[in-house]
Amino acid sequence: MAEVDQKALFEFLLRMGDNTLVLGHRVSEWCGHSPILEEDIALANTALDLIGQTQLWLGLAGEVEGKGRSADDLAFLRDVWDFRNVLLTELPNGDFGRTLLRQFLFDAWASIMLGRLQKSSDPRIAAIAEKASKEVAYHVERSADTVVGLGDGTQESHDRMQAALEYLWPYVGEMFQSDDVDAAMVAAGIAPDPAGLRAEYDALIGAVLDEATLTLPKGDFAHKGGRTGYMHTEHLGHMLCHMQWLQRAYPGCDW
Amino acid sequence: MYAQMIKTARSGVKSREEMSEQEREFQDKVDNNIKIEPQDWMPDDYRATLIRQMGQHAHSEVVGQLPEGNWITRAPTLERKAILLAKVQDEAGHGLYLYSAAETLGETRDELVNLLHEGKMKYSSIFNYPTLNWADIGAVGWLVDGAAIVNQVALQRTSYGPYSRAMIRICKEESFHARQGYDAIRVLAQGSPEQKKMAQDALNRLWFPALMMFGPSDSESVHSEQSMAWKIKVKSNDELRQQFVDQTIPQIEYLGLDLPDPNIKWNEERGHYDFSEPNWPEFFDVIKGNGPCNVDRMEKRVAAWEDGTWVRDGLLAHARKKAAQKIAAE
Repeated sequence: MAEVDQKALFEFLLRMGDNTLVLGHRVSEWCGHSPILEEDIALANTALDLIGQTQLWLGLAGEVEGKGRSADDLAFLRDVWDFRNVLLTELPNGDFGRTLLRQFLFDAWASIMLGRLQKSSDPRIAAIAEKASKEVAYHVERSADTVVGLGDGTQESHDRMQAALEYLWPYVGEMFQSDDVDAAMVAAGIAPDPAGLRAEYDALIGAVLDEATLTLPKGDFAHKGGRTGYMHTEHLGHMLCHMQWLQRAYPGCDW
Repeated sequence: MYAQMIKTARSGVKSREEMSEQEREFQDKVDNNIKIEPQDWMPDDYRATLIRQMGQHAHSEVVGQLPEGNWITRAPTLERKAILLAKVQDEAGHGLYLYSAAETLGETRDELVNLLHEGKMKYSSIFNYPTLNWADIGAVGWLVDGAAIVNQVALQRTSYGPYSRAMIRICKEESFHARQGYDAIRVLAQGSPEQKKMAQDALNRLWFPALMMFGPSDSESVHSEQSMAWKIKVKSNDELRQQFVDQTIPQIEYLGLDLPDPNIKWNEERGHYDFSEPNWPEFFDVIKGNGPCNVDRMEKRVAAWEDGTWVRDGLLAHARKKAAQKIAAE
């Protein structure tokens, strides 16, 4: 394994772990409110997988950082500026269609990314990716099926899915932006260059959106600022108010 | 106990002489612990009572997601969040088994859900109480699922096959729920003074509502006799309640929490704990819709159903298109 800057590696692991933490939290907000019982089960299951992956990514991040911070410390005691998730994951759920489309757009990226990470030069990362890949293979199958079912369902469901796609599309590009952290990961053989995943991603989502009779919005403008922490949306702070409340109000306790 | 106050569809138990031959054969099977299966003949009232009981039980599992979901987004650690998600997922799964078991008697899930939304069917009174602090989540697992297990272990021997088999499966998961609840509250009871206060507050508020889950005292429970004869019910409300109290008090003592009722005392002669009756007028108020959360719970469930109409319609329309394409291709 090539020498790698541990700060960059920490940053990379936060990006992985914060994506699953923030998206898992959003999905868990659906508990008891979904359109049908099977979806309540599926959403809880997806959230559970994502939180499980978070424990692994942030656990390793804390280990790499070497300051004795646990996955819980990282999840519950950082402020917005320290979060490294892409903006897509922190967007509010909207209706069920938007939630599932967001899930699909993320799952498609995650399935490709995790496939590459299984070949990481860092065996700890390869092991997490191998475990998470099995879960994400199911997630992407399910979210794709639902996107197709709703896109190609009734006129109303089609219109709602098209509107969701218009809303979410500007947040897709951020998943493929590269910076110095990514360059360091590529140099050490730890992770692929995100930009290099785009063609495969476009092919995957293109086929599904086609079957769903949805039209890709014109333009490739991409909001950014999540994975670098430079500028999150206003939504993340509200999420952290919920997520971190007990740990903040009663510091230093075991739970 | 997720189903309570089930009105048996018949008043009074028929004597053997009053029964038709079919009814006698049916009763013989029940008496000999031979399970009744969906294709078997059964009295209409037996069918109606079971649909009511399984339906109410299923509704309770579904509505029960709300008070627990109330804390999923505020769970204090990743592990607690994961455990709670797994638990709520199980509860929704229990709802599915039970609706499916009810469907074997000819009542669809949609029909039962409509009856719930129209206020014509109920769910367990316990879910009309709020979860106000994090310890409530531990207490729901420990006390509420604990009480449910006492009832459901007995129901594994219930006479209707699909219900009995659903109970066997559900009980395995419920005992995990009760253990995780006890573990969560144990950590609080042994934690900081504020955490201990959370645990005590949860115990004090949820103790009597948990006792109410078994339903009113046998002397006032007019529907029990026929259900016992049909083995839809296997033990009386008071027996089950006593069993729950006896198993829970040593656990409270182990936690080092104060007893939630000053009249709790070991009775050497009876070999059981004495305890105060819950406030039954409050129970009947909750059943009538005046509990702290009745309106809110139903509003949320109805909204989830109505907001989801376009999703169900969309997926159904797509499935029909696919089926039509398949037929056309053949």
